Amino acid sequence: MSGEVIVFWTLAPLTVLAALGMLLVKKAVHSAILLAFVMIALAVFYLIQDAPFLGVVQIVVYTGAVMMLFLFILMLVGVDSSDSLVENIKGLRGVAIFTSLAFAAALTSLIARATTGRDPVGLEVANGGGNVQGLAGLIFGTYVWAFEIISALLITAALGAMVLAHTQKSPEARLSQRVRSTARFRGESIGTAAGLPGSGVFARHNAVDVPALLPDGTPSDLSISNLIAQRGDVQEVKRYSLEGLPKLDGEDKK
Amino acid sequence: MNPTNYLYLSALLFSIGAVGVIVRRNAIVVFMCIELMLNAANLAFVTFARMNGNLEGQVIAFFTMVVAACEVVVGLAIIVSIYRSRRSASVDDASLLSR
Repeated sequence: MSGEVIVFWTLAPLTVLAALGMLLVKKAVHSAILLAFVMIALAVFYLIQDAPFLGVVQIVVYTGAVMMLFLFILMLVGVDSSDSLVENIKGLRGVAIFTSLAFAAALTSLIARATTGRDPVGLEVANGGGNVQGLAGLIFGTYVWAFEIISALLITAALGAMVLAHTQKSPEARLSQRVRSTARFRGESIGTAAGLPGSGVFARHNAVDVPALLPDGTPSDLSISNLIAQRGDVQEVKRYSLEGLPKLDGEDKK
Repeated sequence: MNPTNYLYLSALLFSIGAVGVIVRRNAIVVFMCIELMLNAANLAFVTFARMNGNLEGQVIAFFTMVVAACEVVVGLAIIVSIYRSRRSASVDDASLLSR
């Protein structure tokens, strides 16, 4: 058994499993990690198929740049933006799986018909002067025009991404300090005119996730940042009560 | 080893990617499945280069990678701008034309 057989039959099932897992996992981040695995496996396949240049490019471009970009956008859009796996169009999933299986079967039979009885030539001759040198001869010789057009395409894509992602902030949207100050005093309650209460005041603990206690002993929601409350990370005041001291009202209520 | 096995693997990966494009609804996951399909096609190109004994298949695979990189850049920019206006990355929510 040659090394290639061992590498192929260990890596190929793992690749297929990772690709299937991409479809089945709920979180987009997990899909991205599985796709990165598939791409690294494909790089290994390129390397063992006498394409060392493409193998390295695959790792640099795909697992390096493209997956980085995907993870970056996932951070922007929200890491926990998980999919609902409920199907909107009835029977879509069954039809999709059936059609793809039929397509895979058609491709497989086509490949089998086209390749049986043909011996692979191998790249020993073509790679004789080195893989990178051979590719360079083709890219900068026969295909130099396609290469130039692709460079123009890259520049266009970069410009297009900048135009799409750029947003102009309108100056009216930003309220001035004076307007916000007036709004605070004319708001519902004069109590917040001087600013919201700080966290942990009278609470025997001054971390940002411990609510402040009001004079009657109840915890104040205003003293906790909305973000911390949304994440459910607000600590209970009760945890920080000291022994030997009279209990506060809020601690009994909690 | 007969390189045909790589072609079968590539057909399988392409089909899996196609199912993902149809079934999944998060735009980013749909996009990743398109990347999977492009990668499967690249594997087929590299295998064809080896079977036919010339490097042109590898050149085409190289060009495909560059085009895929362009596509990712523009596609993700579109996803971000849709997310900005609709606060959602689901492909079902971008249905303004159907109403």
